[in-house]
Amino acid sequence: MKLLKLVPDHTNIDFMRWRNLAVILSTLATVASLAFTAYRGLNLGVDFVGGQLVRVTFAQPIEVEKLRGEVLSLHLGEASIQEFGGPKTYQIRLPKPEGGDAAANVAATRVKDLITRDYPGARIDSVDTVSGKVSGELAKDSAKAIIFAMIGIALYIWFRFEWQFGVGALLTLAHDVAMTLGFFAFTRLQVDLNVVAAFLTIVGYSLNDTVVIYDRIRENLKKYRKMAIIPLLNLSLNETLARTVVTSLTVLIAMGVMMLVGPEVIFGLSLAIFLGVVIGTYSSVYVSTPVLVWLGVKPDSFLKSDEEKVPGPAAV
Amino acid sequence: MLEFPRWKVWLVTLVVALGVFFSIPSLIIGTPLENKWPSWFPHYKISLGLDLAGGSHLLLEADAKDAQRQRLQSMEESVSTELRRGAKIDIGDISTAGGRLSFLVRDPTQVDAAVERLRKLTQPVALTGNRDWDVQVVDSTRIVLTPTASGTAQALKDAMGVARDVVRRRIDPGGTKEITVITEGGNRILVQVPGVEDPEALKNLIGQTARLEFKLVDLTADPAQVQQGRAPAGSQVLPMAEGGGFIAVKRRVMVSGDQLTDARQSFDQDGRAVVSIKFNTAGARRFGRVTQENVNKPFAIILDDKVLSAPNINEPILGGQAQISGNFTVETANQLAVSLASGKLPVKLNVIEERSVGPDLGKDSIHKGVIASAIGMVGIMIFMLVTYGRFGVYANIALIVNAFLILAIMAIFNATLTLPGIAGFILTIGAAVDANVLINERIREEMRRGRKLIDAVETGYHEAFRAIFDANVTHVVSAAIMAYFGSGPVRGFAVVLLIGVVTSVFTAVYFTRMLVALWIRRARPRALHI
Repeated sequence: MKLLKLVPDHTNIDFMRWRNLAVILSTLATVASLAFTAYRGLNLGVDFVGGQLVRVTFAQPIEVEKLRGEVLSLHLGEASIQEFGGPKTYQIRLPKPEGGDAAANVAATRVKDLITRDYPGARIDSVDTVSGKVSGELAKDSAKAIIFAMIGIALYIWFRFEWQFGVGALLTLAHDVAMTLGFFAFTRLQVDLNVVAAFLTIVGYSLNDTVVIYDRIRENLKKYRKMAIIPLLNLSLNETLARTVVTSLTVLIAMGVMMLVGPEVIFGLSLAIFLGVVIGTYSSVYVSTPVLVWLGVKPDSFLKSDEEKVPGPAAV
Repeated sequence: MLEFPRWKVWLVTLVVALGVFFSIPSLIIGTPLENKWPSWFPHYKISLGLDLAGGSHLLLEADAKDAQRQRLQSMEESVSTELRRGAKIDIGDISTAGGRLSFLVRDPTQVDAAVERLRKLTQPVALTGNRDWDVQVVDSTRIVLTPTASGTAQALKDAMGVARDVVRRRIDPGGTKEITVITEGGNRILVQVPGVEDPEALKNLIGQTARLEFKLVDLTADPAQVQQGRAPAGSQVLPMAEGGGFIAVKRRVMVSGDQLTDARQSFDQDGRAVVSIKFNTAGARRFGRVTQENVNKPFAIILDDKVLSAPNINEPILGGQAQISGNFTVETANQLAVSLASGKLPVKLNVIEERSVGPDLGKDSIHKGVIASAIGMVGIMIFMLVTYGRFGVYANIALIVNAFLILAIMAIFNATLTLPGIAGFILTIGAAVDANVLINERIREEMRRGRKLIDAVETGYHEAFRAIFDANVTHVVSAAIMAYFGSGPVRGFAVVLLIGVVTSVFTAVYFTRMLVALWIRRARPRALHI
């Protein structure tokens, strides 16, 4: 049987030739993403800003404007009504009511009553009510989790490799998270708790590639003591290219299928991971590797540490 | 080195067999296991999260202000009871302004005796050496009782424990349902009830503190003043339930709901829904005596500071049984009966988060999740097969084993599968082949460098492991942080990811290595297509 080879056996792509251009572009894109996110803001779901989310599947297609009018007549504030998944499924979002927790409970009931009365056969799929107090905590905890995960991973890389690699990993992570944030700000896709899980996965996953490449760079640094750093990085990237392409593809297959036929509720989660993989693959080549050049990684970076440090996990 | 000792083969085979064995119950959805399984068969099953099973999730928070008010109120009652007992000490009206109790002792020579007796009412707090109230004398005749911070904290802690039990009894009087009621973070209670689609009834049950009190109506009060919220000394103004204006009642509690032994919904002679209650011996005696002394006067039935009704006492009620009338429907009467029977909540609970998922959506999500997982898995397997041939087949077998192992471990630890958990599962499947990709690419590389077959395979496994290890630790770090900070679904996602990392390293590295070793030993291949 003839086996599929997406990457030819002996590639010799001069990745590092474009590194200055790539890093300038990446920096610009990161800054632009953060600026755009700050300016436009994220479409935060009720998990983070409080309020209510009611998901309904109607028996027949409905007129959104009519429903909007009806919800508005309940005097619960400006409702946002969006199609969600199928053509008969909608999500109705209400702002956090002013009267505190008790008022929030009443509001949910009134929307449900309105729908069951005016739309026979409608099915209430889910109701989420989150008070301002909880939403604030969820937002804070989520931010903390993402930051701690980034720091924790960078520390581990520092410990296992060298400080330059830890810094490189941290910059790569910041780049990936910033780009994904920018994407969510741009598309106005709703950011809920699930998307935070996606962010944390990106943090873990985007480093997967970086770690594999770093591992090869470390190996080659020990093997080819005389080689200049740029050709060495190029060699390492070429040697790991086939693996990078194959693995990225398998994860993209898995997440792509999840987006297309999986449950609507986790579309945001799947999309964020899908995107994270694409960005992460790019950044492991063009962010994490060039950084090593500037931070002055040299063939002797691992020399003295060879005896001091544990030489890695016991091989199988 | 490719020799794989026989005991290792057995060990790996055993782990795989156990994995399949323990995941079977979770794969059979919806049927109760007890009827079909022999008793020796595993009964561990993955439980479905509320987002998949349908149900309600409520996060309740103790109303700290209410807790303090109640504590103040009960101390006020204790103080007036204590000083009236035995050698009576005469005091002025007790003020509760500023969250403390303060009153005058009429006879200055009795101040020390009063302080002595009040000190006995305070309790030491745990091991701190503090007491729960400070008793001080101000201006030589005024006594002030201030709650201490540690006392307030301890009281809240105790109250949360009681509240948790009361909530459980209210939702599930029979103790038969699979509900979760746990305290969280000192002042919160998390309630999860699978299968209950409408949380309204739940909230109504929990929303009532169910503090029941009987007090005499103050007939001396001026109706005009009462409507303005003013009452004579020793009385208070309370609202009537259902917006029926205000009424003045004596502050002193005649009998309280603490002395109930039973409460149930029934009907009075006119067919209206009422709640029948039964008092314990002490309560019955007290109720009998008070009603005897106050025949033909109205008394107020008060629930959570609202007057349900104020009927006349037509004759002494001596049997320890009474009826609470109000404007009840059968349903509301039933709710009140359950609330009263389960005991009063020591503190008012507010709903601060509520999520409910209908059962249809849950089923739909499982269905779509399973289909997406299956398609994704088949896609990856075809891809691995055409890319790596025989080694792709091994990777694929490892992938299937990995899926079984994840299910088995989740079942054994009774982990909860949530919607993001399904995404975590499929992500793990996608990432699990990475280890095999690393190994296989490395073998290709070593072959290109001219190594002999066995040597290339060995080096491939050996050299790839370092990268596999480091890459997976980064996953463990982010998953562990997610599990620690995350709540509900996010934690479910993290748990699947954590388990998946461990099982995928085992299957992708050890299991495939065994398959490869066995093949090489048996077939003694001269060439390798990879």
